[in-house]
Amino acid sequence: MSVPRYWREEKYRYRLIGSRCSKCGEIFFPRRLVCSKCRSRQLRDYKLSEKGRIVSWTIIRNPPKEYEKYAPYAVGLIELDDGLKIISQLVDLEPEEIKTGMRVEATFRKIREEGSSGIIEYGYKFRPVIE
Amino acid sequence: MKTNSTVGILGYGAYVPMNRLKGSEICRIWGGYESPIEEKAVANMDEDAVTISVECAKYALKRANINPEEIGAVYVGTESKPYAVKPCGSIVAEAIGATPKVTAADYEFACKAGTEAFQTCIGLVSSGMVKYAMAIGADTAQGRPADALEYTVACGGAAFIFGLKSNSTIAYLEGSYSFVTDTPDFWRRGLEMYPRHGNRFTGDPAYFYHIIGAAKGLMGELGYNPSDFTYAVFHQPNVKFPIKVARTLGFTMDALKPGLVVPLVGNTYAGSTPLGLASTLDFANPGDRILVVSYGSGAGSDAFSFVVQDAITRDRDLDPPVSRFINRKRYIDYSTYVKIRGKIIR
Amino acid sequence: MRRVAVAGIGLTPISEHWDKSLVDLAVESSCRAIDDSGSLNFDTLYVANVGSAFIQRQQNLGSMISDALGIKGINSLSIEASSASGGFAFNEAVRAVASGVSDSVLVIGVEKMSDALPEEVASTLAMSEDQEYIAYTGITNFGLNALIHRFYMECYGVTASDIAMFAVRCHEHAEGCNHAQYPFKISVDRVLTSPMESDPIHALECSGIGDGAAAVILKPFEGKDREVEVLATATSTDIFHLTQRRDITTLNAVCSAAEKAFRTAGISRKEVDLLELHDDSTIMGVLSLEDLGFAEKGKGSTLVVSGVTSRTGELPTNTFGGLKARGNPIGATGIYQISELVMQLRGEAGKCQIENARVGLAENLGGVGSSCSVAILRRL
Repeated sequence: MSVPRYWREEKYRYRLIGSRCSKCGEIFFPRRLVCSKCRSRQLRDYKLSEKGRIVSWTIIRNPPKEYEKYAPYAVGLIELDDGLKIISQLVDLEPEEIKTGMRVEATFRKIREEGSSGIIEYGYKFRPVIE
Repeated sequence: MKTNSTVGILGYGAYVPMNRLKGSEICRIWGGYESPIEEKAVANMDEDAVTISVECAKYALKRANINPEEIGAVYVGTESKPYAVKPCGSIVAEAIGATPKVTAADYEFACKAGTEAFQTCIGLVSSGMVKYAMAIGADTAQGRPADALEYTVACGGAAFIFGLKSNSTIAYLEGSYSFVTDTPDFWRRGLEMYPRHGNRFTGDPAYFYHIIGAAKGLMGELGYNPSDFTYAVFHQPNVKFPIKVARTLGFTMDALKPGLVVPLVGNTYAGSTPLGLASTLDFANPGDRILVVSYGSGAGSDAFSFVVQDAITRDRDLDPPVSRFINRKRYIDYSTYVKIRGKIIR
Repeated sequence: MRRVAVAGIGLTPISEHWDKSLVDLAVESSCRAIDDSGSLNFDTLYVANVGSAFIQRQQNLGSMISDALGIKGINSLSIEASSASGGFAFNEAVRAVASGVSDSVLVIGVEKMSDALPEEVASTLAMSEDQEYIAYTGITNFGLNALIHRFYMECYGVTASDIAMFAVRCHEHAEGCNHAQYPFKISVDRVLTSPMESDPIHALECSGIGDGAAAVILKPFEGKDREVEVLATATSTDIFHLTQRRDITTLNAVCSAAEKAFRTAGISRKEVDLLELHDDSTIMGVLSLEDLGFAEKGKGSTLVVSGVTSRTGELPTNTFGGLKARGNPIGATGIYQISELVMQLRGEAGKCQIENARVGLAENLGGVGSSCSVAILRRL
């Protein structure tokens, strides 16, 4: 795991920041340098909506390396209230509770860690909305 | 301790993980007769003192409705730092967008690390060194299997944003009082996984002596009696201690109850007193006076007197109240508990 | 542009080849292709591979494998386009010969997956997705397929068993295939009662882990016996992040690669006699049928259930078992597909032979549909 690589994305993952095209207004997550709609290079940081609904979901039972201890875990395709879609782990709910259309919100969690001596990577996951 | 300029709380936020382990489940495994509390909150495998701090911090920020870039200090009080060296404070500051013009660090003073952060933030704001300061008490404390502490050690926390007193502050500080001695009632050596404690020695010479010392000291300085306070919050390592100390000092159960979260949450260590204060503020009305006294082993207490202002009624439903977190729960059994707390490793 | 022909093919069985290295497999398939074509000399060698840098810690496969074959002084390199590496390498080889810059190209697809643990294989496959924002969430490629699978079922009201039939048909076809990893039949009940891989995708709807190598030799078309002409190849890409696609049930890269390939080939879909599709899990096979233009949206599985895609149906599909039953040695898969079309078109498919095969189409997908190659081959 590369420390600079994690550090570089901190702001975007911690605070859910993507890009907005200053020319055509299209919004993106993750951030990008060239607008894929109008090819403009004028993109600015854009703060995503932290709430949305589940469009589709799955349960990961055979995880990749460094995710083993969390398995099985749910991952959802979420449509945020601003229309952007995001893929994220779903937490604080059992697989049988997950429903398409369910309201969820971002939460700050540990994503993975490099053994007991390496850095801990934090980022976003989504959970049912706490009203 | 009195401030130069009057300082108040602009916003607060609480967070309690949703897993609950019943005391009866621990009794089942270790043959205990009765648990000192009903159930305790247990962090998920992907939660730690940092994630809990960020959750509270975000709620506090929402309620305070300020620009995070104006927060000049972020202090996290915890005894369950995910890193031995590397601050939780910097991660929280980054996550809420307070970086880079900010001072950040972690406090350790067993269960009073959270209110120790209060004291520092209050001083920084009062002196004019920073505009806003955030103090967090959060823990995912560890208890040795079968130890008396295992029944109560829990996970959770609360964050407070301090600024100069104004119409926007929901409560202002009248004064504080800290009371510290070298009393080794509970400790954890470096690289040890679990703490050790002096058993009944943690009572009279430790918890009670310091809380009573700080409470009486503050009331004496301010010229108040227990009847001057609508509510009182004392550190809650179990149900018995805060009730006993309230009675000893002359506070009613009505004053204690709104902030007594320990029966269904457990002892959230550095998060305990801040969480009790957050829960009390959920119930408080303008004009109410609240006495807050923490206790940290090793040992010491910080006492505060807050007066609730009109702003408390503003956007009251913006954040979930502490009771919402208490009611949001999923019961786990002991084997799930040992798995998610890393007591067995895949 | 010159007309291009496949002059030779060579395959290894797909299996856990514990006793063979990545280079052993590449050499074995290449020698078979060389023997099949009767041609020893090449000016270009492309190696299609995905995992060697991660699984074997081995790169520079172009030079390594050409030397292993005793060839020096040629243009040799590896080509990586995720699980479409085979198809993309084939496309490059066809372009090289068609343009006249190359007269003889050897394309080897090789993957040696059994050197890695299952979680390392999952990580290797997930390398085709954005590491910072997709793989980072802990989702696997089958997990991404599962997001599409569930949404597709809800969108079009298609049942789990209709989609599972894609795997059942693949296994029917693999019976009697010498190079298939799983050459036996399975029932739809067996598929639907197998453990979940990534809900709603069952383990028996997914391609497995296997080692294999396939090689093809391309030359200018001369009209000789056993030559199979490459009518067209085309590749295309789609929006990289699944999250940014307007409709996740449409594989736009497939649509546009197919469009280009049919335009180049100058034939209609009706003239296609068989398909080799990229079913890394069942849903991708179903979507491929639709997005290549052989079924309406939402109706892909109907063709499968009704028998249209069976060996004796109108449009035999995955005639040696596809990724599900023949196997999916990632970087090699696209070359297996081409080789299988050649076997069918030559009439050398043995027990898997379909009748009157004249035109065949292969579709190879990279990532979760972020890249696609399509090849159309014809026997004279």
